[in-house]
Amino acid sequence: MPGLDLSVLPEYLPMLLLGLMWTCILCVCSIAFSLVAGVPLAVASISRNRWLRSITEFFLWIFRGTPLLLQLFLIYFGLPQIGVYLSPMVSGILGLGIHYAVYNADVMRTGIVAVESGQHEASRSLGLSRAQTLRKVIIPQALRNVAPALGNNLIALLKESSLVSIITVPELTLAAQRAISDTFRPFEFYIAAGAIYYIVNYFLEMGLKRVEMKTALAR
Amino acid sequence: MDFDLIARVFVYFARAAWITVELSLLSVCLGLCLGMAAALCKLSPDPWLHMPARVYVSVFRGTPCLIQLFVIYFGGPQIGLQLEPFPAAVIGLGINIGAYMTESIRGAILAVERGQTEASRSLGLSKSQTMVKVILPQAARLMIRPLGVNTIALIKGSSLVSAISVVELTYTAHRYIGSTYRPFEMFLLAAMFYLVIVSIASFFIRQVDRHFVMEI
Repeated sequence: MPGLDLSVLPEYLPMLLLGLMWTCILCVCSIAFSLVAGVPLAVASISRNRWLRSITEFFLWIFRGTPLLLQLFLIYFGLPQIGVYLSPMVSGILGLGIHYAVYNADVMRTGIVAVESGQHEASRSLGLSRAQTLRKVIIPQALRNVAPALGNNLIALLKESSLVSIITVPELTLAAQRAISDTFRPFEFYIAAGAIYYIVNYFLEMGLKRVEMKTALAR
Repeated sequence: MDFDLIARVFVYFARAAWITVELSLLSVCLGLCLGMAAALCKLSPDPWLHMPARVYVSVFRGTPCLIQLFVIYFGGPQIGLQLEPFPAAVIGLGINIGAYMTESIRGAILAVERGQTEASRSLGLSKSQTMVKVILPQAARLMIRPLGVNTIALIKGSSLVSAISVVELTYTAHRYIGSTYRPFEMFLLAAMFYLVIVSIASFFIRQVDRHFVMEI
């Protein structure tokens, strides 16, 4: 059907906004997962235990070198092969979470290594164990150092969340596709979905900038 | 783990891997051209050049790549643009990565010290001569790593074009998961090819980077 007809948009806006709600839920859960899972991965990749370090490096290499979509397929289609059946939403959260946990782990590892060794030496000489030093002294400083890079990963996560529509998670892209199957107007609805992503992205960037200002270490 | 199956479908994955490589190479070329043009426009004082470039970078970095591909491939016919999947994929990926490359290139150009520009201009070189003969060669060294990151991202991002039915690695994996019901093996095969492609690309990028650095 050639030509543009913007009048179809208002009728389907609620459908798109419902999809947006699911996108936000999906992203919040994935972001939380990726930040939480990134820390142990980062710590494991600089562990003194060579075996742990190698396993972690291998895992990180695989998940860094393969596309997110393939990883989503592994979780959504592959896990049932070993008897684990996950819903699309959970698969999506897990997939996005693990993928970005790997990226966050790389970023956090840089941050941990960048904390000057004086901090480590001082905490140890004050009697803190290695675990306590990591937990209470190094990691908080490392996170503040790399907050901008982590923020960039979060923004990327929001945009890549559109992929989970391919494993049928009812988020914004899938909502747009449903509207399109009703109206046969892909251009209007994909542009509308894009605009919604752009607006959410803009607010996320604003929010992250404020977080960065607050957590930036005084230089 | 069904190795017999892997052996049987290996050749189809190899062909799909080649499509992925072709797709990535073409998109990188398009992206570099767009990126260079947009970077120079963004650095220009002329608002007619500056504003469209800013809008381009902001829109294509701020929206999902999948949506961009869908607009071009599914939405295109509505505005008179009928494209086959492969060309639509190259254009979509190229325009998307071009926006990211714009920032990589612009960052590298801005990192070249102002003294170079000032010296060239005071020696009588025009603005374009300064840019082409003095600034860009020096910026080229600094661009390699960020552009390399963009390229690797593109190789992985090429998996999205499976959603507009380009027969590349992820599409092939999805298709064979559907017909063989052995997702793990298919993931393994596709993952292996992606890792090989990404490793080779990383190797080349590192070599180019080292070559430039040694010229100091």
